[in-house]
Amino acid sequence: MTKVLDIPKVNAKNMTEKEFFYGHKACAGCGGSIAVRLALKVLGERTYSALPAGCMSAVGFIYPQMAFNSNAIITTFPGSASMAAGIAAGAKALGQKDFKTVVFAGDGGTADIGFQALSGMIDRNDDVLYICYDNEAYMNTGIQKSGLTPYGTKTTTTPAGQNIPGTITHKKNLFEIIAAHDIAYAATASIGYPQDFINKVNKAKHVKGATFIHVYASCPTGWGTPTETSVEIAKDAVDAGLIFLAEYEDGEYKLNRNPKEFKSVEEYLKKQGRFKHMSDADIQCVIENRDKKWERMRKNWL
Amino acid sequence: MKSNKIFISGDEAVAQGVRLSRPHVVAAYPITPQTITVERLSEMVEAGEMDAEYMHVESEHSAISATMGASAVGARTFTASSSQGLLYMAEGLHYCSGGRWPVVMMNANRSVALPWSIYGDQRDSLSLLDSGWIQVYVEDAQEALDLIIQAYKIAEHKDVLTPMMVNLDGFILTHTYELVDIPDQDMVDQFLPPFQTPNKMSFENPKNLGFSSRPDDNTEFKYQQNEAMFNAIDVIRKTDEDFAEMFGRKYHGMVEEYMCEDADVVLVALGSVCGTVRVVVDKLRAEGKKVGLLKIRYMRPFPVEEVKDLARRVKAMGVIDKDISFGYEGTVYTNLNSAISQIDKYVYKSNFVGGLGGRDITKAEIEDMYNKLYAGLENKSEETVEFFSLNVEGND
Repeated sequence: MTKVLDIPKVNAKNMTEKEFFYGHKACAGCGGSIAVRLALKVLGERTYSALPAGCMSAVGFIYPQMAFNSNAIITTFPGSASMAAGIAAGAKALGQKDFKTVVFAGDGGTADIGFQALSGMIDRNDDVLYICYDNEAYMNTGIQKSGLTPYGTKTTTTPAGQNIPGTITHKKNLFEIIAAHDIAYAATASIGYPQDFINKVNKAKHVKGATFIHVYASCPTGWGTPTETSVEIAKDAVDAGLIFLAEYEDGEYKLNRNPKEFKSVEEYLKKQGRFKHMSDADIQCVIENRDKKWERMRKNWL
Repeated sequence: MKSNKIFISGDEAVAQGVRLSRPHVVAAYPITPQTITVERLSEMVEAGEMDAEYMHVESEHSAISATMGASAVGARTFTASSSQGLLYMAEGLHYCSGGRWPVVMMNANRSVALPWSIYGDQRDSLSLLDSGWIQVYVEDAQEALDLIIQAYKIAEHKDVLTPMMVNLDGFILTHTYELVDIPDQDMVDQFLPPFQTPNKMSFENPKNLGFSSRPDDNTEFKYQQNEAMFNAIDVIRKTDEDFAEMFGRKYHGMVEEYMCEDADVVLVALGSVCGTVRVVVDKLRAEGKKVGLLKIRYMRPFPVEEVKDLARRVKAMGVIDKDISFGYEGTVYTNLNSAISQIDKYVYKSNFVGGLGGRDITKAEIEDMYNKLYAGLENKSEETVEFFSLNVEGND
């Protein structure tokens, strides 16, 4: 495995002023588009972006208005990792050097339909950075449950009613599933902590081979939140301990943020339309699940 | 002319054709009876005989996705599949032709489950006729090798830019050994120059590909795709002529007629069964019967002109279909009928469906088909679609 190098930090001051993703039709306050915009500014001009069906491809590629200022392509829904791997292999075979291939796929495109191809890509150690922007449901098709939709969430396929309180399963443990491939570099991030996110992208940029970043990206349309609170709510999720910031590198887990105490889960949930129906027992279930997870992470990753 | 004949299987002949075509990326997933091809290709890469990236993809869906990705940066690509694998690729097949990526694929024609069968028929590829790929069906291992080389030239032509599927019958062609002439690499290089396309992403000229279209534009994209397929007809003919000039082997473009010049009754078929039909034609000709064979080589684009031309000259045509479109008739028959309906002449026709799941089609059965065509013609019978040599009683 390639060793992750000690590389200079990127920040708002030293990042390029060039934009590679603009003029798109994303909803106001779209967290996914923030993730794509920031990542591409770090990755730079010599980038091939591959995006499966999903919000970012739907809003970015409507002929003749193309929103990517660098090379980009919509992939098959289940095949974003393999198409990106093909791009990397083709460009390498043609003798191209100093470029990066990146996938931007949603939670459904990653944890559900695209998972087989992603697992294959990591197994082959293809030279691709795979970024999953996680807005916790199939938002492009109108807010349906995915494998990363958290417990309790009301979606259009998990309605909250008399019999079922919305989504009855917890999020798949995507980060650890990816790490279990013994990938060279994997990380979790949130657009609520952009500095952390861009530096993880920068780290992955410098690794030759398969890398993965799971970035939490809010969705006002699907979450029922005001558009101006997108970054704040993505930060709240981390502060409430429902999303954690971590890395997997050289076979070791690293917890990047280990708060002494968490902010209120109830407050985080009640800000969002998708969780409004949740009972005290449901909220307790979310908290218990969080605590179990943190106990394990603190025990093993610190 | 340099000649180098070796004794190899159809699968190995395909691998040789691929090696000579110098693809940059090979991505394939194993499936019987295609596996020998991908095994040989990986051995060639290992031995340094092929300078290609060999991708061990985890599925056929990823095989087609990866080859599209590589093609989208201007690389020459190859994949291979069969049956269930080809069907698993189905989304990608449409995607690839719509993206105008000239991926070349070998398909080992095999039955489609259920019931499971690893043996040959043509239901896999024929069920994907509408996926926008050029489809050619070969008769022997030499044609398989030669058509891989031709396929790149046809698919990558600037007026075509359409992926191409080279079909060879599972086991009958993939696993039987023949003496095959391996063309000289220098001559192949001369015949097949490196892939050049404007339809690619690059750092000199960045592009957004694989995009969405609105209802205002979609029909125009599909129209262009259809035009490209029609453009392929002349390119196929010209490529075959150029190939013959350089390598001394000619396949007659869209179709090959055998003993059709003065024929009254002809059988129409695809692929390896044509070899058996030729033998029967020779026998019946010796008996004084004016019979012939139309070997359809290309199912897409369809050889409408060639079929019409022959239909004008003959009295009866029978189609052997190693496939069935349930609730109707064989797919080759449907396509042939549509072309024949364009001429102002009655031709007696019959559809013989069989050879499914690897069952042999014998000389006796083929002779019987010719006899039935003669009888139908004489008795002015209604046209029939029959499953031949059926082992079960019919309802009547």
